[in-house]
Amino acid sequence: MGSNQTVQGRLNQPGASSHKNRNRILTAVTLVIFVVFLFLADQGIILDSYGVRIIRLCGVYTIAALSMTLINGLTGQFSLGQAGFMAIGAYTTSLLIIPPEVKEQMYYVTPIQGWVRDMQAPFLAAILIGGLLAALIAFLIGFPVLRLRGDYLAIATLGFSEIIRVIITNVGSVTNSSIGIKSIPDTANIWWTTIAAALCITLVYRLMKTSYGRAFKSIRDDEVAAEAMGISLFKHKMLSFVISGFLAGLSGGLLASVVGVINPLYFRFTLAYEILLIVVLGGQGSITGTLVSACLITAGKEWLRFLDSGFSIGPITIPEISGLRMLVFSALLMVVILFYRRGLFGSNEFSWDGLFRLIQRTGARCKRLIRRGEKGGAAK
Amino acid sequence: MKRMVSILLSLLLLIAMAGCSTGDTANNGGSTNNGGTSDDGGSSGGDSDAIKIGIFQPLTGASAAGGEYETRGIELAHSLYPEVLGRPVELVKVDNKSDVVEAATAAARLVESEQVDVVLGSWGSSLSMAGADAFEESQTPAITISATSPNVTLGNEYYFRVCFMEDFQGAALATYAAQELGATKAAIIYEITNDTCVGVRASLVETFESLGGEMVGEASFSVGDQDFNSQIMAVMAGEPEVIFIPGNYTEAALCISQARALGYDTSFMGTDIIDVPAFLEVGGSDVNGTVTSTFFDPAAPTTDVGEEFMEAYSSTYDDSPSALSALGFDAYLAAIRAIEAAGTTDGPAVKDALYALEMDGATGALRFDDNGDAIKNQVVLKVAQDGEYVYYDTVEVNLE
Amino acid sequence: MNVLIPSMEQFVQGIANALSLGSLYSLVAIGYTMVYGILRLINFAHGEVFMMAMYFVFYVTTLFQAPWYIAFIAGIVGIALLGIVIERAAYKPLRNAPRISVLISAIGVSYLLQNLAVVCFSGIPKQFPSVPLFQDVIIVGGVHIQRMVIIVPIITAILVAALLYLVNHTKMGIAMRAASRDFDTSRLMGINVNRVISITFCIGSLLAAVGAIMWGLKYPKIEPYVGVMPGLKCFIAAVLGGIGSIGGAVIGAFLLGFIEIMLVLFLPGLSGYKDAFAFVLLIIILLVKPTGLLGDKAGVDKA
Repeated sequence: MGSNQTVQGRLNQPGASSHKNRNRILTAVTLVIFVVFLFLADQGIILDSYGVRIIRLCGVYTIAALSMTLINGLTGQFSLGQAGFMAIGAYTTSLLIIPPEVKEQMYYVTPIQGWVRDMQAPFLAAILIGGLLAALIAFLIGFPVLRLRGDYLAIATLGFSEIIRVIITNVGSVTNSSIGIKSIPDTANIWWTTIAAALCITLVYRLMKTSYGRAFKSIRDDEVAAEAMGISLFKHKMLSFVISGFLAGLSGGLLASVVGVINPLYFRFTLAYEILLIVVLGGQGSITGTLVSACLITAGKEWLRFLDSGFSIGPITIPEISGLRMLVFSALLMVVILFYRRGLFGSNEFSWDGLFRLIQRTGARCKRLIRRGEKGGAAK
Repeated sequence: MKRMVSILLSLLLLIAMAGCSTGDTANNGGSTNNGGTSDDGGSSGGDSDAIKIGIFQPLTGASAAGGEYETRGIELAHSLYPEVLGRPVELVKVDNKSDVVEAATAAARLVESEQVDVVLGSWGSSLSMAGADAFEESQTPAITISATSPNVTLGNEYYFRVCFMEDFQGAALATYAAQELGATKAAIIYEITNDTCVGVRASLVETFESLGGEMVGEASFSVGDQDFNSQIMAVMAGEPEVIFIPGNYTEAALCISQARALGYDTSFMGTDIIDVPAFLEVGGSDVNGTVTSTFFDPAAPTTDVGEEFMEAYSSTYDDSPSALSALGFDAYLAAIRAIEAAGTTDGPAVKDALYALEMDGATGALRFDDNGDAIKNQVVLKVAQDGEYVYYDTVEVNLE
Repeated sequence: MNVLIPSMEQFVQGIANALSLGSLYSLVAIGYTMVYGILRLINFAHGEVFMMAMYFVFYVTTLFQAPWYIAFIAGIVGIALLGIVIERAAYKPLRNAPRISVLISAIGVSYLLQNLAVVCFSGIPKQFPSVPLFQDVIIVGGVHIQRMVIIVPIITAILVAALLYLVNHTKMGIAMRAASRDFDTSRLMGINVNRVISITFCIGSLLAAVGAIMWGLKYPKIEPYVGVMPGLKCFIAAVLGGIGSIGGAVIGAFLLGFIEIMLVLFLPGLSGYKDAFAFVLLIIILLVKPTGLLGDKAGVDKA
């Protein structure tokens, strides 16, 4: 299939400039439609706040998954520390945007420390500080752990993320221990999350076009060769790790604002597995794939909710079974894992040309199938 | 081939999106087709004029058992009182997966897509709080069943609770240990990952020390822990006369068994969390003598409603009822009584009716204060004995 | 921070507890290490196989009123078969796929088994059947010891010895070691790699089942998420010792057991941080020895 594609790519060369124009127009039209859609959704015209919330979560998870795509898929360093970075971002952001008197009331078991009570920042600054703090922690953790490789790196980063969670659970005067934080202002509306996701996608996309990005990919493909080419392994791994930490922290901050309540248990290591699932489903190393699969998993999980409350398929009535939704969800996941092992997009990015080729090929295949069917029928 | 399926999956995404946005109308369409043939609580079944009561509970995940016990109570009450204002009541269940993010989304779904009139739940304070904003914004009254943290109802006029609060419970346990048992030295092993237990610990320690007692040992554990030997030995070094164990039922049961295996026979006192059959099941004979401070005693119901609940429960389930089920029963009753009093399902009216409500529930008289918290001044103490909880004592506490 | 100085008796008791915890960890950890050694796969579903083993024994005991030894044997056999089924269904189709796909498949299997357990067995916990033979307490000089504390290390020792014999002295073992070095070459040498892998999974699951039974006797609760914490802790133990090395897994497991018990015993104020100890220990060891205590270099190159 791969060689087919390149041949066709070459055949398409002569008309490339007209395609370019067509693609630009298509992109512009899609963007306009998308913005109109967001506007209508935000105004509550086409979606209720439940639907809007799902779209907001899609944005948040896209950023979280992007952070993992960068370090795992594009740099080839298997890191599972996302949950910890998200926790740092979420806590920092929430504590910065909740008014002091609300915070004081909330810390009813361990009195809040003065500086935590008094710190305040506008929302944009708060999520950026959250991201930067997560990046700083990533920088500090990176020094020891980035020397490790493969599975050992994975377990060490997972370990740090659990250590962060355990510390958050224990320092009650700062984090309100396991009681968690509530009444987090609902600032991150659909525009915030979508624009943040779009900016992060652009950031990673642009980054991958620079010499840094190419260095990341060369490290992923072959560390030894990359080092021989004069690429500083540690510097680049660290850069990727820190940016990934920043993105995770940012997504944590947005998540806190979307959800309104956070507690340490949410940031267990299983959260990192869930994000890893998004990344792998989208295709390791595909930025657009990450976007599509983040939306697919977030919305799909909600869509499957009808399974939990009993339903009927034609004459068969399925009684309500608690947990059926998650069972079906995990079974669907297994199907995708087993049959699309490279994920939805592999390591390719979405392009209009690709889409058209796909449509053409699918059309041709359907025709062939129909023809074959006719022949089969005639033979009988 | 792969490409084709990736397109299919993308289509699925679009359908899913469409499903979210049109979920409401699709449901209505479904209900006209089914026209009330099913009343087993499916979201797609039921009459279009049915009054919808949402069950907002962890049905899967680490707290699934708590959600299950509360749901049992709600369903029993629903089977006894399936109608109000001459309209059928339909239960709509959503699973919050024991996870705050899922809980926030699930709550939005209940009030937006399902448009329920009252919400019951959730187990656990954090999970309840995750839904609080959605309930307040949509002016849907919500009644939590066992979330004991003050933060749940504080500053939210649409959130009510039918159980007592954690500071009250901690004070009751400490008072009983100090005054009735005459304990002067106590230790505590609590679950640090559980918001309620952290709250109980604070008030417990404060009350016990203000009554002249001494805390001689303190240790904590996390949810999912299975080995408590070192915590037990650490607190035992201070030779306490009683050990408080505010923690989840399975962990508490394992901890007590391990203390017995180490040869310690000090008595343990736990909170309402261990007042579930699963605690007795996991702990077996090792937990004999463990005291729990809870909401009500099924063996001696104080109200007619209590007897009704007991009868319904024992004819449906084999085990002895958990206080959580009784509270779930009360929450449902409170909801329909308030709707009845308000004469409408309009959110603000039902909310006002709840504040004005006075009724007898399975766990005793029920009335809400200005915060929406149930006014209770009694804690029932029960003691575990050979796979059963038997009535032990009743403690009255007046805070302040 | 108050440091607690335990009495001699308490200290000895602490050692007994640590030995018992360590030997339970090691039973489960060698299952991880076996699979990793051959396939270079972190079998994230190991904890769920563990959980399934507990349910299996529970249901055989309660539904058929079977005596404990029959239930145990049935449980072990059933779970070994489950291991083969999981391998055939979820890992074999991905034999030539990137390593990460197999890892994700393992996470997928673990979700699937957890959710299956929630649907089939409900979230309400059950009590693991009790067997007085293992659970009775004997008192030696003021120290309380469950018989398990003595029995479990013996079982662990027997299993490790059998495993080492299998790996080092049988034809199957040679095939396993060959496969762990290089799939393709061993295939060329006439080794039926698929069979080797199936057997590896079968043994790994069998070890998880034995571990689960012993674990259930000591900590008698069963619920759908019961395998998560032991799974994670034992995985840490396996990595500590150098994943892929059977001896390393045993050492790592005992080290972890000792640290967890002793730190809480001496510093009860830190008990809230207990879950972090394991990771702190792990990270320190990995920084000094990046492949664990007894890890081999080959593991790094492949990883």
